[in-house]
Amino acid sequence: MSVARLELRGIAKAFGDLQVLGELSIAVGKGEFVSVLGPSGSGKSTIFKLLTGALRPDTGAMLFDGAPLQPDHRPFAFMPQRDALMDWRRIIDNTTLGLEVQGIGRTAARRRVAPLFAEFGLSGFEHHYPAQLSGGMRQRAALLRTVVQDKDMLLLDEPFGALDALTRADMQRWLETMWSRHGWTTLLVTHDVREAVLLSDRIYVLSARPGRVIAEVAVPLPRPRRTGAAVAAIEAGILDLLLSAPTQRT
Amino acid sequence: MPFIRPVAGRAATAFSRLWPALLSVGGLFLLWEAYAQLSGIPPTTLPAPSRVLMQGALQHRALWDNTLPTLTATLLGFACSVSAAFALSVLIDFFRPLRRALLPVFVISQTLPMIAIAPLVVLWFGFGLAPKIMLVALVTFFPMLIALVQGYAATADEIEQLVASMGAPRWRIFLIARLPSALPFFFAGLRISITYAVVGAIFSEYAGAAKGLGIYILNAKNNFRPDLVLAAVTVSATLTLLLFGATVLIQRLSMPWLRLSGSESP
Repeated sequence: MSVARLELRGIAKAFGDLQVLGELSIAVGKGEFVSVLGPSGSGKSTIFKLLTGALRPDTGAMLFDGAPLQPDHRPFAFMPQRDALMDWRRIIDNTTLGLEVQGIGRTAARRRVAPLFAEFGLSGFEHHYPAQLSGGMRQRAALLRTVVQDKDMLLLDEPFGALDALTRADMQRWLETMWSRHGWTTLLVTHDVREAVLLSDRIYVLSARPGRVIAEVAVPLPRPRRTGAAVAAIEAGILDLLLSAPTQRT
Repeated sequence: MPFIRPVAGRAATAFSRLWPALLSVGGLFLLWEAYAQLSGIPPTTLPAPSRVLMQGALQHRALWDNTLPTLTATLLGFACSVSAAFALSVLIDFFRPLRRALLPVFVISQTLPMIAIAPLVVLWFGFGLAPKIMLVALVTFFPMLIALVQGYAATADEIEQLVASMGAPRWRIFLIARLPSALPFFFAGLRISITYAVVGAIFSEYAGAAKGLGIYILNAKNNFRPDLVLAAVTVSATLTLLLFGATVLIQRLSMPWLRLSGSESP
């Protein structure tokens, strides 16, 4: 890896007396799928709030292609927890949301997303409302809304956390296929160890609050990945790490 | 697969939901009719429902003549109140300190007894339309404002964070996320306020007017005609129900996704 696409150096963030992130350093290479894995309350979502500009770090540097992140230019497409689809917009208008904010006209925006509906398994549902779609379809629509913004990097915040186990496994496989095909640079935040192992090139394991990296795990398994002995071994190793880590509370 | 509620059988469902209400209300009227007919109570004290309907029908011209000014005052006052509440809710949403500065004023405005305020407003502004519009606005403004302010606040955090992450400035977040999120609350407020509005208009006429259901009721009472009082009350109740139905209809048309999800507004 030469210059990382995204690099966080010594990022710390506290809310009052509560230290949420302590000296966090991670890097994501171009075309790489990296996960940040940690227990609840380890500040995983805070990382994304810092990246999208909703929060400012107390200390540390955030670099993109080697240059500090500019507040008015964020090269990220963000997918929040749950799907955050707007009930009042049809699926096609939900997926064009990012383009609309960028100032692209409705017709042009629709023309850009329309060809992607087939690949995302949403053909024929363009003019449905979110309430008419299943959980898995809603997540695919949310991901379509994310990738169509054509940003340099995807930020996925526990994207499948609200789905049932079966749908989640299905969506993980589907996301891996999509990622292999498109090579999106992706940072995924999750507390699901198997999800991280199945999807990632590398995994940063975070401690409990204040979140800091306690291990960096490479996953050199061939794709497409299926659950099996190799995945289970890495999964068990990470679980051991997480469970044996001293739980600090401040 | 999407689930879409079957359309067939909707009428049947509506009937099965309505019949208990029809039965209880119908029974009540039958009891009233029987009591008025059999007890020998004079109709100048308690007229039977049939008499109310008959006298009302005979007086339909006068009733209609007096309904129109009430409807005008209701709709104009309500329109003023909704527009003002909307404008102020937007200001409050963009400028939070305003909320703390203004809300107490409006809470106090809600504590004013209509019975004392209405004659004063008529005294200050005359028997014309203006005082009626003001009184209707006074009683409907606060629930509308609260509904809107609460509606904006009910916007899902993820949705707001998402739109912000796309680089939308504050006013666009308001238009794209906060305003549509407030729609169910807006309509809930509308449904409540429209019923207040009719009562407010009638009361303001009661305090002094040339024409209107309020003054018609007052005159009927002074002429010992409780049957005509009740006929006018029937008209006003019908008017309220029609306006209420209109708000429900407008909501259905402007929020088509509600019917699909089966979720109800708050």
